[in-house]
Amino acid sequence: MVDMYKILRKAELNPTVTLMEIEAPHVAKKAEPGQFIILRVDVDGERIPLTIADYDREKGTITIIFQIVGATTEKLNHKEVGEYLQDFVGPLGTPTHVEGLKKVAVVGGGVGCAIAYPVAKKLHSLGCVVHTVVGFRSKDIVILEDEFKAVSDKLVMMTDDGTYGVKGMVTAGLEELIQSGEQYDEVIAIGPVIMMKFVCKLTKQYNIKTVVSMNPIMIDGTGMCGGCRLTVGGETKFACVDGPDFDGHLVDFDEAMSRGSMYKPFERHKYEETCNLFKKEVQ
Amino acid sequence: MPNMSLEKNKMPEQAPDVRNKNFQEVALGYTEEQAVDEAQRCLHCKKMPCVQGCPVNIKIPEFIAKVAEKDFEGAYQVINQDSSLPAVCGRVCPQESQCEKYCVRGVKGEPVGIGRLERFVADYHNAHCTEAPVKPEPNGHKVAIVGAGPAGLTCAGDLAKMGYAVTIFEALHLAGGVLVYGIPEFRLPKTIVQKEVDTLKALGVKVETNMVVGRSISIDELMEEEGFEAVFIGSGAGLPSFMNIPGENLKAVYSANEFLTRVNLMKAYREDSDTPIAHSKRVAVIGGGNVAMDAARSAKRLGAEEVYIVYRRSDAELPARREEIEHAKEEGIIFKFLTSPTEILGDENGFVSGLTCVEMELGEPDASGRRRPVKKEGSEFQMDVDCVIMALGTSPNPLIRNTTKGLETNRHGCIVTNGDDGLTSREGVYAGGDAVTGAATVILAMGAGKSAAAAIDKYIQSK
Repeated sequence: MVDMYKILRKAELNPTVTLMEIEAPHVAKKAEPGQFIILRVDVDGERIPLTIADYDREKGTITIIFQIVGATTEKLNHKEVGEYLQDFVGPLGTPTHVEGLKKVAVVGGGVGCAIAYPVAKKLHSLGCVVHTVVGFRSKDIVILEDEFKAVSDKLVMMTDDGTYGVKGMVTAGLEELIQSGEQYDEVIAIGPVIMMKFVCKLTKQYNIKTVVSMNPIMIDGTGMCGGCRLTVGGETKFACVDGPDFDGHLVDFDEAMSRGSMYKPFERHKYEETCNLFKKEVQ
Repeated sequence: MPNMSLEKNKMPEQAPDVRNKNFQEVALGYTEEQAVDEAQRCLHCKKMPCVQGCPVNIKIPEFIAKVAEKDFEGAYQVINQDSSLPAVCGRVCPQESQCEKYCVRGVKGEPVGIGRLERFVADYHNAHCTEAPVKPEPNGHKVAIVGAGPAGLTCAGDLAKMGYAVTIFEALHLAGGVLVYGIPEFRLPKTIVQKEVDTLKALGVKVETNMVVGRSISIDELMEEEGFEAVFIGSGAGLPSFMNIPGENLKAVYSANEFLTRVNLMKAYREDSDTPIAHSKRVAVIGGGNVAMDAARSAKRLGAEEVYIVYRRSDAELPARREEIEHAKEEGIIFKFLTSPTEILGDENGFVSGLTCVEMELGEPDASGRRRPVKKEGSEFQMDVDCVIMALGTSPNPLIRNTTKGLETNRHGCIVTNGDDGLTSREGVYAGGDAVTGAATVILAMGAGKSAAAAIDKYIQSK
């Protein structure tokens, strides 16, 4: 029953975001939207968590979408179809709660859209009305537009610089929908911590329950290290086992952002080293 | 005529001010001459009190007699009848409270260095034996083991030797459990753990890493779909405790589990490691157990100028092994006794900048029999530190109890078993080690794995 973690498909979604479909039947068998995996690229590699972007139980595959932000994602991006990953474990975390929802606004930001997509897809398949607001910095990094279109009853594409779709932040797009009279059971926001913070600030004014997906630094993903802890409603929670989904109106986002920056200088240095190795310019 | 020296042969060690800058093993091991000389201190008592002190009942006088005869491989074969991990136990067992505690030589002078001899014998075997272990005749039965730590490895080894087809499911990418993520290289070189795991594999044990039982697969699926007739749960006590004081989520506050996992499993002490760790200058480790000592000594080796053990009771109550405490002191770890943290202070960037503590005094004995520490009013003071490591103990991970129907656990989250054989409230499901007892020692977990293996054999054979 040994899984071999072979790369079956690889696609560049934009210059810094890559999709990979990995053979991992045991993970695929159990995976649900909102859960994540932890992988290691090579023998001495670090363990990095990535949220599951899609799964195919019959083929026994898991799709991951990652942004090249550091040494490990750079190395991962250099793996080609037919090659293998060293380790791939999951599904970890608690699945996103989707049952019983009738109408939901899904908000995705940047590469966070990769995580928002399976949630939107699942809601859609359960007959829930799905309105999607997705935002990117600029036109050239837009991903998953067709996929979102297929599972959304309404789709608002936005860019910060106005080069594609509506100009502005996702909060503006969401607020417009709310002000136009749309009533949501829930908002599910997935993206950079700062985006989730402001979405929650907005939805709090309108008193709409909001779920966010946190992606902190972690090692084991099973509750062992406590590195992924965050404060939710004044209590310490472990994102790996209690989450990664939390009630956004209770999350201490500023603390989460601070904790996320713990190893920034190290990561930058490692990234530069790795880029040198691949003779590539540092992003 | 036995060697009547009152003292053990000293263990050759790296000098303190050398070893506190590297991650190589502290204790270097006996030479053949030292081992034989130490073995000659054994009086070969008829009653063998030492054996009763050993959780896996190694035939101690018998193996020591072989050492004295210089039949080192013979000595290994004696140990191997009862223990699957002698090179590990010889290093990390608390012999002073087990076998050596009962040694008659200890009445007047020091007991025989049983642990040191065990280590010598195991290392001799590993260095000289090239023969692969003989795979036993398969008996046609399948057993699953959850967790590749000391309990699981021992249970797997014993069952494999009886002919069972054993598969170990391990959540991490490497087998060994606390032996690889927790105990540092300088106390237990990882090549030794790997060697023990390889020996099990040679016996036919399969190790499936990256399998989180409770997530990737459930106990029910193992039994109903994968055809395992019995399951042994040795999933340990991995969930770290925090103090719930202000500032605990600042950057450079670690659980000892996280700190040690980064250093040991992920090799963050190596320059070329992809896994980062804080290289702090002044580190406070909160707690007084073996894990606290490991964390403090690791922090020192990572280059910290000052490392403190902050403990709320006094030296006499430290739960760590004496040997570890002495090693830590020699290496320059500073002990702050009768001190309890109340708040961790942070700078404008969210990094640790200090620790507020209160002084304690010892009052009446509590339920554990140790004197309860009581806060001294108005004794607040600050320590100038830039990293805090919480080594306050761990509890069992809730993943398995939450995903296995009918598995009884107690209020601490520990799996309930009916005494020594490790049978849980579920037929065919056994458990042992920290998952049952809460955080304890490697050898107790091994003892539990061993008893469970015998019970599982009895259960399957009588079906």
